[in-house]
Amino acid sequence: MAQVMMKDLNKKYDEVHAVKDVNLHIRDKEFIVLVGPSGCGKSTTLRMVAGLEEITAGEITIGDRVVNDLPPKDRDIAMVFQNYALYPHMTVYDNMAFGLKMRKFPKTEIAKRVGEAAEILGIQELLKRKPRQLSGGQRQRVAVGRAIVRHPQVFLFDEPLSNLDAKLRVQMRVELKRLHDRLETTAIYVTHDQVEAMTLGDRVVVMKDGWIQQVGEPLELYGRPANRFVAGFIGSPSMNFVEMTIAETNGALWADTPGIRVKVPPASAARLGPYKGQRLTLGIRPEDLRVATGSDPADYSFDTVVDVVEPLGSEILLDVKAGSNVMVARVDPTVRAKLHDKMRLSLHPERVHFFDLKTELAI
Amino acid sequence: MVIERRWKKWVFFYIPLTVFVLGTLFPFYWMFVTAIRPDAELYRSWRAVNNAPFWTLQPTLEHFRDLMAKTMFPQWLWNTFFIAVISTAISLACGLLAGYALARLKFPMAGALGTSIFVTYLVPPTLLFIPLADIVRDFQLGNTPWALILTYPTFLIPFSTWLLMGYFKTIPKELEECARIDGATRFGAMTRIIFPIAVPGILSAGIFAFTLSWNEFIYALIFLSSPERKTVPVGVVSELIRGDIYFWGQLMAGALLGSIPVALVYSFFVEYYVTGLTGSVKG
Repeated sequence: MAQVMMKDLNKKYDEVHAVKDVNLHIRDKEFIVLVGPSGCGKSTTLRMVAGLEEITAGEITIGDRVVNDLPPKDRDIAMVFQNYALYPHMTVYDNMAFGLKMRKFPKTEIAKRVGEAAEILGIQELLKRKPRQLSGGQRQRVAVGRAIVRHPQVFLFDEPLSNLDAKLRVQMRVELKRLHDRLETTAIYVTHDQVEAMTLGDRVVVMKDGWIQQVGEPLELYGRPANRFVAGFIGSPSMNFVEMTIAETNGALWADTPGIRVKVPPASAARLGPYKGQRLTLGIRPEDLRVATGSDPADYSFDTVVDVVEPLGSEILLDVKAGSNVMVARVDPTVRAKLHDKMRLSLHPERVHFFDLKTELAI
Repeated sequence: MVIERRWKKWVFFYIPLTVFVLGTLFPFYWMFVTAIRPDAELYRSWRAVNNAPFWTLQPTLEHFRDLMAKTMFPQWLWNTFFIAVISTAISLACGLLAGYALARLKFPMAGALGTSIFVTYLVPPTLLFIPLADIVRDFQLGNTPWALILTYPTFLIPFSTWLLMGYFKTIPKELEECARIDGATRFGAMTRIIFPIAVPGILSAGIFAFTLSWNEFIYALIFLSSPERKTVPVGVVSELIRGDIYFWGQLMAGALLGSIPVALVYSFFVEYYVTGLTGSVKG
């Protein structure tokens, strides 16, 4: 049990600046997820915490110890790797016992802990097998088991579910969450999958190009993205972005682009004042668009043409065109839409996001 | 499934394979027949009545007996074995450490070092023996087994380093990263995790090194002079060819006995040997 602090963390390879000024305070017992596209520095950050990569500049503290110069074995952490990294020449039992043996635990204690972990993970029958005799899901369990027998201060997960098939991934995700609730050990989890990030994380850290973009609880990231990247990265299908011009008509602000003209919701109007006459990006999530009915205010509606219909059963995704703007709307499965149909859509005025064109920051 | 015509399989597979196998095995067969042929048959004219060059009807072990009793063959066998084992051990130890370092550690000039180790392997022994002879003389190692034990690694170490480096690279590095997090030092991770997994690679490097030093000729010929110090390849050739007199029977008996240990080593480890060269680890 420990908190993890990263202070001005930097990692430079010869020419690549992989991690830039990362500051992060991970609270005790927290499950934190680092998420971002490949090459964003999330794995490098994790590996610096593990001690597998040297820290170029900055400081990492685990508990109350600065660990910068400690070798991995002295950091009291456990890590689960994407390819499981099970020792192929050892049985499942020996794989799980390895860390305890290296730390010179008595045999009875090792047997007890391995037994407990095996029970939690439901792998008691597999203890005598070799890794090659296991399925992907079983290997993943063993890898997790090897981490939990150690009772470390921090768990590190490096894309642990990426090698599993879709169904198993969902199942293991739930199990990991349950496991964390039970063990209450601080965990840092790296993934490129935003669904994993949202479902597992107490807080989620979105990274891009080595920078932290935003840190927050999942729904906070979803509802109030700090910038355009986070807005587009979290959520599937991702947020629609339309470049628009802000203009004042009859004392109210309007966002305008060929094909779409909507009123700036009063809540945002004050902040958009300085952008009068300028261009910016409007963001709206697919579920915040709906088919307009007679009662919807005309100020927030616009006409579109259906381009693609994707019926998913519980909902329908409509790819529509408004002028030259392409958008996706998530609508009720009862909506009957055909290709090239004209359709009037209405957006949810309180859920419209605006981003600065240059800085891409939320306004 | 594609059904191919049977004649194609014969023309492109069985017949070439048969020719190849016969071509490979024939010298060994010839060696064997010559070794058990009595002298009377060996030295008669090809045009003699009843001459049968490909087989013999009076097999004899006389040549083997002579080889054991009248030459120092047992001593040569022991010399060869001793030299091959020690130089293989030295080379494996160096090759393991160097191969691991080149495959895993990041240090300046690692790539250049790897290449230059390989280049030393390309220097032909027929050139290298000249400076080596100088060194062997300066250290007064001439005519001792150590002259060979210390010179064989000049080609064995580069070779085993490269083979093992290639093998280590096929082992996922997460395995030792995990071991280091689990509580092992870098050295501990290497010896407890990587080496056991690399056993096929280590065995093939060992077999290769052993065979190369067992069969080595030039250095053995140059650095050893007294008959009781010689190795099998040199001993057989230098003591059983007197001027223009060839003791064919004993020569072939010696060659046959000399190749048995190598054949045994190969047949024991052939499976490891194949995986060692193709390099495969399945986690």
